[in-house]
Amino acid sequence: MKKAFVLAALAMTASAFTAHADTVRFGIDGNYPPFAKQGADGKLQGFDVDIAYALCAAMKASCEIVPQDWDGLIPALNANKFDAILSSMSITDERKKAVDFTNKYYNTPSRMIAKAGTKVDQAAFKGKKIGALRASTQEKFAKDFWGKSGATIVSYGKAPEGFLDLKSGRIDGMFVDSVVGDADFLKTAQGKGFAFVGPEYSDSKYFGYGAGIAVKKGNKQLTERLNQAIAQIRKDGSYKKVQDKYFSFNVYGN
Amino acid sequence: MIDLNLIIERFPAFLGGTDGAPILSTSDGLQLTLELLGLSLAFGLLLAVPMALMRVSRNKWVARPVWLYTYVFRGTPLLVQLFIIYYGLSQFDWVRDSWAWEYLREAYVCAILAFTLNTAAYTTEILAGQIRNTHYGEIEAAKAMGMGKWLMMRRIVIPSALRRALPAYSNEVVMMMQSTSIAGLVTLADLTGVARRVFSDTYMPFEPFLTVAGIYLVMTFALVWLFKKAEQRWLAYLAPRKH
Repeated sequence: MKKAFVLAALAMTASAFTAHADTVRFGIDGNYPPFAKQGADGKLQGFDVDIAYALCAAMKASCEIVPQDWDGLIPALNANKFDAILSSMSITDERKKAVDFTNKYYNTPSRMIAKAGTKVDQAAFKGKKIGALRASTQEKFAKDFWGKSGATIVSYGKAPEGFLDLKSGRIDGMFVDSVVGDADFLKTAQGKGFAFVGPEYSDSKYFGYGAGIAVKKGNKQLTERLNQAIAQIRKDGSYKKVQDKYFSFNVYGN
Repeated sequence: MIDLNLIIERFPAFLGGTDGAPILSTSDGLQLTLELLGLSLAFGLLLAVPMALMRVSRNKWVARPVWLYTYVFRGTPLLVQLFIIYYGLSQFDWVRDSWAWEYLREAYVCAILAFTLNTAAYTTEILAGQIRNTHYGEIEAAKAMGMGKWLMMRRIVIPSALRRALPAYSNEVVMMMQSTSIAGLVTLADLTGVARRVFSDTYMPFEPFLTVAGIYLVMTFALVWLFKKAEQRWLAYLAPRKH
């Protein structure tokens, strides 16, 4: 038994040293469907996982997926448990102090959900009510954009509460992240007769820069390699294949 | 540990003195809490007086429905009643197609409706108890003066019961004031709603909730003081002799 442990420990150390050569290890939090969740076989699956494999294919490296809970991701990265975090982590100035980020690999826009066919421009919601999550980026944007032209913003603690009120007609639109709106409402039986209306909103002043891959501070070589891989899978269509498996709209943003 | 600056900086938001950012208006916070409390207590009391008379009626077809009403509304949590009115009713198409929807679609109206029905149930029982407790001497005196049933009710029984209900009713008012804090769960920004907003903006739980607890305490003291004054005025004849 003891020998096996020592061997395993040796093997792990060895893989840590050789990681940059041919294996890239991605840390992913498996509690964020549809981006990552634990499958029936115990392995992680989802958009983030498929993107990881697509990137490895582009980099001609082999992939290792390391499950790690969200709040331990950055500490584990710094402890060399994996080489990069590919876990829907939004690029923020706060996090940039702790890790380096690649370019975004997706940036889901925020969108208005309303009765199908509703007209959406800045003046269209004058005197009407728009729901948003309390203290969310969407709420701040809605306040500045539609609020200035006479709309009332109604704040909710949870998205489903807002969708209930949208369905019953208490509010005229619900302004949310498009993934949340798609998965929690539009794709359910509740969402019948409703649709995304109007354009996609992704003003980085409000919504940040999208989700990027985090690497250890100063690891320029890997950052550059991943950036090239992202550009390549965007070009060769393997990104779109993964996207279409999970979403019915463009998640990369503009 | 506790950020006093945050408390001072955010305090005006609770009293409606906000600059409009992020989402609050000047009628939010204290004013909304007082409106919810005042309107539901006023409507509740108006409902409770006739229902208390029905409740003590000897005719069971009159008394039983009121008994059932107070039993149901005192036997279920106020939060459940609010959710049934706010989320439950909106599920029915015939409610949404009726004239009432224009009012029921407003969270404000739903909250006042739920609070009114709830406080009316408690107040009915408080008043009914005091009507039953009316001293037989008062009734006999009224009859001796030749008063009919309704005149006696109007001039003797109801005023007397209202006076004696004051101490129990003051408890109900304080409880009701604290109950208005659930209005925030149906999108309203009452005092507690403002505290939750500050909490989600700053991720600091202690400061906003301590602030709001302080405001509720001050309001409770004010209400207790007011009722004490009222009792001194209208219940003086029941006070123990001082000399």
